Amino acid sequence: MGDARENGDRDKQETNEAALSARLQRLDEGLGHARHRAGRPSEASGADRQATASGYARGFRLSSELVAGVLVGAGLGWLLDRWFGISPWGLIVFLLLGFAAGVLNVMRSAGVVSDTAFGDKSRINRGK
Amino acid sequence: MQVDPIHQFQITNLMPMVSMDGHEIAFTNSALFMFIIVAAVSTLLIGATARHAVVPGRIQSIAEISYEFVANTVRSSAGTEGMLFFPFVFTLFMFVLFANLIGLIPYSFTVTSQLIVTATLALLVFFIVVGYGFWRNGLHFFNLFVPKGVPKLILPAIVVIEVLSFLSRPVSHSVRLFANMLAGHITLQVFAGFIIMLAGMGVLGWFGAALPFIMVIMLTALELLVAFLQAYVFAILTCIYLNDAIHPGH
Repeated sequence: MGDARENGDRDKQETNEAALSARLQRLDEGLGHARHRAGRPSEASGADRQATASGYARGFRLSSELVAGVLVGAGLGWLLDRWFGISPWGLIVFLLLGFAAGVLNVMRSAGVVSDTAFGDKSRINRGK
Repeated sequence: MQVDPIHQFQITNLMPMVSMDGHEIAFTNSALFMFIIVAAVSTLLIGATARHAVVPGRIQSIAEISYEFVANTVRSSAGTEGMLFFPFVFTLFMFVLFANLIGLIPYSFTVTSQLIVTATLALLVFFIVVGYGFWRNGLHFFNLFVPKGVPKLILPAIVVIEVLSFLSRPVSHSVRLFANMLAGHITLQVFAGFIIMLAGMGVLGWFGAALPFIMVIMLTALELLVAFLQAYVFAILTCIYLNDAIHPGH
């Protein structure tokens, strides 16, 4: 008898969990719609994608993002070298970091990574 | 007969004005076309809003459509608070759009094909974003560079990369517009040069010249599209950057 009751409880718990996750999913969808209406920046890259429908413009956009990152990294590294006399380390390190920033820029403008979102965890933590 | 495709971007002094420490400040063709752009935009908008017709006429429709278009862009990418910057974004959009369109007229000068012009506009946006971001959010503005949910171990590297990414914005913002205009106008000029070269070769050349001529017509249509597109992209990127100043740490 006790077993049956425990089983029943577990079943209830499971259904509760299932219901909770379903509700969470619905809430998430609703939030997504609301966010879309409110025009949050997260889908700004989507609007961009419409604007750069032609491949020509898209290519220009992505390549300039990458080049900008590398150039700024190299420029900053060179300046640091001059100011602190640590040549060539500033240039080496910041050229690599600039390349990373350029790749990040490209991924953002291509909509692969949303703004400041590193995985799902951050999206929940963000709260807004 | 050779055509120099770069010649159209040459800055010429129309009248020298003052010289400071050996640096001559002159009224150039670039400055002249900037005045023409501002005059054209002002005439259009002032003329369009002079008579407040309930049923808008043609000119008034243009003004209303451009207002609606930019207002929607600002609202959708920077939120309702972004409307604070609507006059700024609208001015930028109209200036870039008219610079691109007027540049398409033969023998005119394309202001936006000069890197210094687009860089000045992009830096203006950049400094407004930084200035307003700090004024509004104080030190919370730095949240922009600290993405949440990143392991502490790699956080310093990520922050440096984010800062570099932020600093690279005015570069890509300006280079995109400049490169599009420069490349488009050079392509047009090169194909137009082919027409002249082929037509100079006699009767057979005339038939040959038809090919680059068709190409030029299609390129002109493409450039018209690019002129609108790049003005729009410039405006929407401005909005996205302004949004970071309004809501950092999103």
